[in-house]
Amino acid sequence: MSVLVDHFDVFASGFWLTFQLCLLSAVGALLMGTLGAVMRISPVPPLRWVGTAYVTVFRNCPLTIVFFFAAFGLPSLGSNADFLKIPGLDSLFTRLGIDLPYFRFGIIALSLYTGAFVCEAIRSGINAVSPGQAEAARAIGLTFTQNLRFVVLPQAWKAAIVPLGSVIIAMIKNSALAGFFGVVGDLSNGAQNLTSALGEPIIPVFVGVSIGFLIMTAPLGLLLDRIERRRTVAR
Amino acid sequence: MTTGEPLIVLESVNKWFGPLHVLQDVDLSIDRGEVVVVIGPSGSGKSTLCRAINRLEPINSGSIVFDGQPLPAEGRGLAKLRSEVGMVFQSFNLFAHKTILENVTLGPIKVRKEKPAAVRERAMQLLDRVGISSQASKYPAQLSGGQQQRAAIARALAMQPKAMLFDEPTSALDPEMVGEVLDVMTSLAREGMTMVVVTHEMGFARHAANRVVFMADGQLVEQAPPDEFFGSPKSDRAKDFLSKILTH
Repeated sequence: MSVLVDHFDVFASGFWLTFQLCLLSAVGALLMGTLGAVMRISPVPPLRWVGTAYVTVFRNCPLTIVFFFAAFGLPSLGSNADFLKIPGLDSLFTRLGIDLPYFRFGIIALSLYTGAFVCEAIRSGINAVSPGQAEAARAIGLTFTQNLRFVVLPQAWKAAIVPLGSVIIAMIKNSALAGFFGVVGDLSNGAQNLTSALGEPIIPVFVGVSIGFLIMTAPLGLLLDRIERRRTVAR
Repeated sequence: MTTGEPLIVLESVNKWFGPLHVLQDVDLSIDRGEVVVVIGPSGSGKSTLCRAINRLEPINSGSIVFDGQPLPAEGRGLAKLRSEVGMVFQSFNLFAHKTILENVTLGPIKVRKEKPAAVRERAMQLLDRVGISSQASKYPAQLSGGQQQRAAIARALAMQPKAMLFDEPTSALDPEMVGEVLDVMTSLAREGMTMVVVTHEMGFARHAANRVVFMADGQLVEQAPPDEFFGSPKSDRAKDFLSKILTH
């Protein structure tokens, strides 16, 4: 197990990069998912179709294929996902701004894929809000967007938070794929280097990787348990 | 209190729920300041009629005119119209995640873009008027049914509506709380608010209504001032209905 000590820097920097990837992808997925959910319940049919098509495609395609499209499809279309080089944000998350696009591609793949599940979690939350709430909001003259923003979404959010947490935990685990699609130095890519290039033993290295993921996922799981329990007491 | 000047006019309104013809060629004109109580057996279309007036239920044919304007289709125009028509629901429908005061102030602040401080002051006066100003900072679930319904009335009044629709406002209440809600409604009626009230409270119909409208099977069967309607109903359906509810 000495590899964990000798190469602690690889695990630490891998953890940090995976954490950044997950944080940015989670934000992206929440944005995509909320947008998708709002489209799916919108009164405008073409918007509903777009929302439904998005969920149908990305919920039902394997994540590996989505990664293939992001990492190899986008470049063949001539995109380096430069729109993610967001000024300010790229000084905090330096990988966003570099020339090598695979970190950005990873965010795109994870956001799009996870967004479809976020969309369904939020939509189930919206369905859990009694129709009378939206009706009362309409009756005092709120528009569709105001209704969502001030009445429906704040309540839907509460009902959706536990399933959303599960979706995000799944996303954190899925982020391990990014290391195999060009992202250099995250947990899985770092581990691969240790075992193949440096010949370190496989089992301790992957124990280290697992610990890295558990540090992110386990506390999130405990937090969700706690939220759920508090909700049950309140009820 | 009626002025003889129509505020709400329904003309040959038809509405289907699938094969069910719930409103059949309904004609009804309601004057400014008039209090119309709609009664009838359940499933007769009373609630649908009430909800059609602010287009919570779209109709299939016919026309509804409010304050000289036909009801607009979905969109900003409709939102504006709804802001001028207060609605009180059977199940209160207070915003569960907002305090009573926030429930009352949301519409004026977001829809009318009024100044929050001024709205809060007016909201507190309204809550005081319906007798629950001490509950202002509580959440709906912490209040009794009667208090919640009075808060819902205050929420509707905060928009300074031209008319108020009540869709069975006391049907979900424990008997001892019905009176407090009816008191508020009676005082509103006295002040000249135009009101359409769907209810089973015959006492309220007798003493607060200008006109009683009796519905059955999606049709307006009979309408008359309350004394006349309860004293000598003309149609067999109304006689039958009254004999069933007034024997107990």
